[in-house]
Amino acid sequence: MTQAATASPALARPSLSPALRRGGIRAATTLVTFAALCGLYELYHWVWASAGWTWPFPVNDTTLPHLWTIAKALGRPSGYQGPLLIVLLLHHAWFTAKEALAGFALGAVTGFVLAVALVHSRLAQRALLPYIVASQTIPILAIAPMVVVWLKSGWQSVAVIAAYLTFFPVTINVLRGLQSAEARAHELMRSYAASRWQVLWRLRVPASLPYLFTALKISATASVVGAIIGELPSSIQSGLGGAIINFNQYYSLQPENLWATNVVAALLGVAFFLAVVLAEKLVVRRAPEHLA
Amino acid sequence: MNVQPMVALSGVTKTFTKGNVTALREIDLQIGPGEFVSLIGPSGCGKSTLLRLIGDLTPPTAGTVTVNGKPAPQARADHDYGMVFQDSVLFDWRTVEKNVALPLELLGWDRAKRKARVEEMLRLVELQGFGGHHPWQLSGGMQMRVAIARALSFEPSLLLMDEPFGALDEMTRERLNIELLEIWRRTESTVVFVTHSISEAVFLSTRVVVMSPRPGRIAGMVDIDLPQPRTADTREEPRFFELVTEVRELLRGVGADEHGSVLAEVSE
Repeated sequence: MTQAATASPALARPSLSPALRRGGIRAATTLVTFAALCGLYELYHWVWASAGWTWPFPVNDTTLPHLWTIAKALGRPSGYQGPLLIVLLLHHAWFTAKEALAGFALGAVTGFVLAVALVHSRLAQRALLPYIVASQTIPILAIAPMVVVWLKSGWQSVAVIAAYLTFFPVTINVLRGLQSAEARAHELMRSYAASRWQVLWRLRVPASLPYLFTALKISATASVVGAIIGELPSSIQSGLGGAIINFNQYYSLQPENLWATNVVAALLGVAFFLAVVLAEKLVVRRAPEHLA
Repeated sequence: MNVQPMVALSGVTKTFTKGNVTALREIDLQIGPGEFVSLIGPSGCGKSTLLRLIGDLTPPTAGTVTVNGKPAPQARADHDYGMVFQDSVLFDWRTVEKNVALPLELLGWDRAKRKARVEEMLRLVELQGFGGHHPWQLSGGMQMRVAIARALSFEPSLLLMDEPFGALDEMTRERLNIELLEIWRRTESTVVFVTHSISEAVFLSTRVVVMSPRPGRIAGMVDIDLPQPRTADTREEPRFFELVTEVRELLRGVGADEHGSVLAEVSE
């Protein structure tokens, strides 16, 4: 009996293909993890609140609103005769997404072009790299107001601020990736008398793609953060940055609104990340050892 | 020689500035069109360096390298070389088909012409039906066949091979030896082949060049008069053993027995 059961697992569930089953397991894992994290959050809330512990901070419905309060807030009107909070936040998220996407594209292209320039000139590398690194040590909060002064307040200036956070990981990783092809491969191209341009597009760039996508994953979330922060000095009200500032002022009355906004902002970042993962799956065809 | 040599080296010396090592000293060598020449010698004898000099992957310190009647850099610019390295150096983001088509793309062939040639080459190396595979899905021997197909795809006048079968097991190596000879006869190309296996050198070549180490020099040459086409039976002929012995003794003379790699090949 047991023998028969173990011998024919495929026969027992003939409708499930391995790919489908893997997908199912993955979805289940995600759900279980999500439920566990929610449970931990509420457990923490319950233990600290009922024990009256005040370290590291006292727990109550203002400091840590219940998850169901946050969920309910999304379904309530956001103000007097206003749209539902979820609708309002989605509008804001869409606005920020456009800024972040423009910034992400601008930053990725800038970062890539910089890397290509640097890999072809050791002089440029030595001369420019310190400034590229230095640019990232200046906090975005210090840069953002200047960009707004230069470009006037608007989604364009926000995109530039987002690009400022995006380009750096791309430059550093792609520079490494462009140098990652083995010496033999370069000799092979040399034996074909390939031009620099041909070596770039047929060897260096394809070899750099895994590095590029690693960078884009970092940049994807950074561009959302950059867009949100960029909205603050631009006094842009229509994005998530505006919503965060707004709900921040009413935190003591309706903390769940800020929490809900943060959830939406996080989801936007995750969506950007997943878009890059999807693109990577479609674009990168490498031996298993070259894939993260 | 009444025909123009395919490769002519005269007084070629190569010194590496790093460490001031003389890898090759005063090399004179002529290789005729259609020849299959193997370079053999203990490690450090500069056989790979010599191949790289012929292929203009590195310039000589002194002397001249002439290929197809032209200076080596010109020959390289004219796409006279097909190179095969020990590791097959396939681009893993390209399918087998696209790997073979790589030099054709660089030469600006149009898609239809490329496709026809790639099919022809895959037939030649007996990899029909594998065009859509990626390199990592193939065995080491198959990867090497792809590398050979790629090197031959644009019909270079000279095929340079640097220990191409060194990383393969004995059985695969012997089978590929026979296939390579078959391809060499059919394409009528000239081959310069670096190896550290005496039997491989004798089996494949029309001439074996034995080199001595530090600084690298030509210690002697053995004309291989085994009849063509060579088959698996060739390895069992008395003449084959005589020639193997002749090459081995030349290698002994240059002190190759200090080197484990050559000894291992001698004892096989």
